Amino acid sequence: MSTASATRESARALARDRRRQAWSRNWRTFRSHRSGLIGLAILTGFAVVAVLAPLIAPAEGLEVTKATGGVLEPPSSEYWLGTDDKGRSVLTLLIWGARISLFVGLAATVISMVIGTLIGLTSGYFGGWAGAILFRVTEWFLVIPFLPLAIVMATVLGRSLLNIVIVIGVTSWPGTALLIRAQTLTIRERPYLERARVLGAGPSHQIRRHILPNVMPMVFANTTLTVAVAILTETTLSFLGLGDPTRVSWGSMLDDAFSVGAITTGAWWFIVPPGVCVVLVVLSFTLVGQALEEVLNPRLGAGR
Amino acid sequence: MTHLLELDDVSVTYVTAGGDVPAVRGVSLSVAAGEVVGVAGESGCGKSTVAATILRLQPPSARVTGRVLFEGEDVQTMKWGALRALRWAGASMVFQGALHSLNPVQRVGAQISEPIRLHEPDLSDKKVETRVGELLEQVGLPRQRARAYPHQLSGGQRQRVMIAMALACRPRLIVADEPTTALDVMVQAQVLHVLQGLVSDLDVGLLMISHDLSVLADLCDRIAVMYAGRVVEHGPADKVFADPLHPYAGALSASFPRIGDVAARYAPAGLPGDPPDPAELPSGCSFHPRCPKRFDDCDKVAPELRSDGTSRAAACLLVEPR
Amino acid sequence: MTILGRADYGRGGESQEDNLDSASSGRHGTYGRYLLGRCLGSLGSLAFMLLLSFFLFRVLPGDPARTLGRGRFTTPEQLDEFKRTYGLDQPLPQQFLTFLQNTLSGDLGISLRYRVPVSDLILDRMWPTILLVGTSTILAGAIGIWLGVRGAWERGSKFDKVSTGGSLTLYSMPEWWLGLLFIAVFAVGWGPIPGLFPTGGLHSIDAEPGTISGVLDTIWHLFLPVLTLTLAYLADYALIMRSSLLDELGEDYLTTARAKGLRDVQVRNRHAVRNALLPTTTVVALSLGFVVTGAITIETVFSIPGLGLLATEALTVPDYWVLQGTFLVASFAVILANLAANLVYGLLDPRVRT
Repeated sequence: MSTASATRESARALARDRRRQAWSRNWRTFRSHRSGLIGLAILTGFAVVAVLAPLIAPAEGLEVTKATGGVLEPPSSEYWLGTDDKGRSVLTLLIWGARISLFVGLAATVISMVIGTLIGLTSGYFGGWAGAILFRVTEWFLVIPFLPLAIVMATVLGRSLLNIVIVIGVTSWPGTALLIRAQTLTIRERPYLERARVLGAGPSHQIRRHILPNVMPMVFANTTLTVAVAILTETTLSFLGLGDPTRVSWGSMLDDAFSVGAITTGAWWFIVPPGVCVVLVVLSFTLVGQALEEVLNPRLGAGR
Repeated sequence: MTHLLELDDVSVTYVTAGGDVPAVRGVSLSVAAGEVVGVAGESGCGKSTVAATILRLQPPSARVTGRVLFEGEDVQTMKWGALRALRWAGASMVFQGALHSLNPVQRVGAQISEPIRLHEPDLSDKKVETRVGELLEQVGLPRQRARAYPHQLSGGQRQRVMIAMALACRPRLIVADEPTTALDVMVQAQVLHVLQGLVSDLDVGLLMISHDLSVLADLCDRIAVMYAGRVVEHGPADKVFADPLHPYAGALSASFPRIGDVAARYAPAGLPGDPPDPAELPSGCSFHPRCPKRFDDCDKVAPELRSDGTSRAAACLLVEPR
Repeated sequence: MTILGRADYGRGGESQEDNLDSASSGRHGTYGRYLLGRCLGSLGSLAFMLLLSFFLFRVLPGDPARTLGRGRFTTPEQLDEFKRTYGLDQPLPQQFLTFLQNTLSGDLGISLRYRVPVSDLILDRMWPTILLVGTSTILAGAIGIWLGVRGAWERGSKFDKVSTGGSLTLYSMPEWWLGLLFIAVFAVGWGPIPGLFPTGGLHSIDAEPGTISGVLDTIWHLFLPVLTLTLAYLADYALIMRSSLLDELGEDYLTTARAKGLRDVQVRNRHAVRNALLPTTTVVALSLGFVVTGAITIETVFSIPGLGLLATEALTVPDYWVLQGTFLVASFAVILANLAANLVYGLLDPRVRT
């Protein structure tokens, strides 16, 4: 009895050790991707700003009634990035906008990942009729034109942050599902899984112990790329006036700028900074995602 | 007599970020017109790299020294125009793994005719088509197969297409790199039969590369056995197979892998361990860690290929000139 | 049903391979079957879209009449009248049948704002969108593929680094923001740069349609929006072309081609690029399906009276039936493009149809 538990203990330690080794090996490979590292640094910067927003720029700076600046003032020593049409500091808006963009991006990605992984795993592992039907459903969702859908849902359900998250989450999972299905299909045929089956492992054990750990790296890399798309989508939806009217995001700032005619009046400080922030964050997520893909996907790593 | 192909002290080194990796170290070899020469050895011994140098197909990261002479001219240093003219019309190749070596989305007929149109641009379409049909029939396939795509053919058929393609421009030399690997026993025998018949009918030189010594012994006039980038034994095919001088050739011969046994390719029976990593070769004779007959000096002295006084040579301290 | 069909000809392919010397007959039959399977699949998608659309507009809102007539009706009688007109007082299955019947016969309802049939509105607004997105897709396809091919072929070169970096940046950029910048710089004018182009619209008020000056006027108006959309699409195509060509470059058949004595350029164009074009073609065809989606933001920014602008305008009213109409058209375009992409792929790549 005690020997058995000792064996199990040492086996677990071995697994933990191996995992730690794999992590440090992956980290070393990742570090050799300069663009990925730069992306990671930029993202860390934005994340810190988003978390510390209340400390850096007090929340009352967002309230229209307490605005102290003039209308569309150009950058000055007091307002580094000028003011918006209501006299608020653009920098403050930008800092608080980071919170919304990152939150929506991450939350939508979580939804998309959960649905995508679940459906991809099931349709890949079980095959047969159920798998075929799930595959079909995935294909159907893949062709939903998401922007018209988002417009419709915002009209039907009203405008809120949650709706945006749901719309993005629901329309972005099929890509993930197809990817994971393909991975599961190849892993299912590998000898060690056959061995596990022969030894009497049930489907849940096989999925948890063998398939999931092998699929997870792909999911992880894909997640990063999905966040990029989700943030872009959030910005677009907010720009079209479909965002939460009570919150400031980069997209809603640009919507304001567009509708008050910041373009014709030449108030570049109201148009350029939010867009640059979007590009930086999305580009960083893309670069990190690409680097991760190359680190975690052995085929790509060896081939290129 | 001048040889069709002559490799003179050829070395190939892959230049990588982790340092230089010697894949081939000082190989000398020759093929005369109408002669069939075999190169045997395990995976990773450098035999495919040798084959690649013959048409200067090695990757850009490879550094080649020594001379690769085709009809007296150095392939490695000749002008690109001359090299392109030599490719396929002078010497052609049958690659291993026809599935990947054929373009998956072109009809096989188009792929066979491509080099013909390239090297004989004056030939009319009708004549090219006739030639393609003849070539297919030569390798035992019906003419209509020209319209098939590679994935519509079986493994053996694809390999026959590769052979037909290699014959397309009536080359003087054919280099066949593992032409029958991954085929099952019956098909392998058929393909070898086709190859053998063509060589004796057309009087071309054939350099045949295989892990399977028994196949080579059947087909070749001479055999060179390679290990870790070097030729370790060289001599008439029947002698090398029946009475090998070098312990490694002995192990290959003794393993006598059944035709089509893929596993045997990686681990010849009776020989423990793996071939060495070219980046970290053992000292002395590279074979000594696996050698059943090693003695004290084997890890210190690297033996040269020495003649035993007859038509045979081996690189082993145990081989004394007669 | 489709699934069965597909599995079936998978087996057909195998037996053909095993049969050593059978002439390769019936290949056209195979493409016919592939075609049929794909068409059935598209019909399935269409059915799903209709169902989804019904769900979105009649089931999800709970009481559609209330959402529909937000602020428009004062008395319960008016509300009941409205419900009767649109059949909203019927039970859901009955409503679904009516919806199907109407939609399939091309009746998409009457616009609440313009008081004309939605189908007429859509037909009217379709052309600017097709012109805008079509032109941009063709331009972006040509330039993007060229960039991708050159980048992959000279992998790691300065050209590759600049074009890949530029593509990634464009890919990360909301295309309408780029449009805003273009308007600010090239239409309004910025610093020493004079405003050269109109800020929006499809033609000037005094332009005469059908004349050469009228056509030139439209081109002048479309220049910036087409440029914006071209840059946005181009990034996608260049990245996809580059990565699929890189995938091909490792393949053995390129060594065969080189061994045959082909020049480098011939190896590239006849073999590598041709094969790498397959996935890229599919992506371009697919992206044509997102014609409405792509047009929404750009048409809003440049106020081009196309389908996209129609949708965003309907959003503020809200003009329910117009929204539903544009959603259906957008979905239909995607399904159609999907089918087209599959058919083209089937023609180009013999592997998928056997």
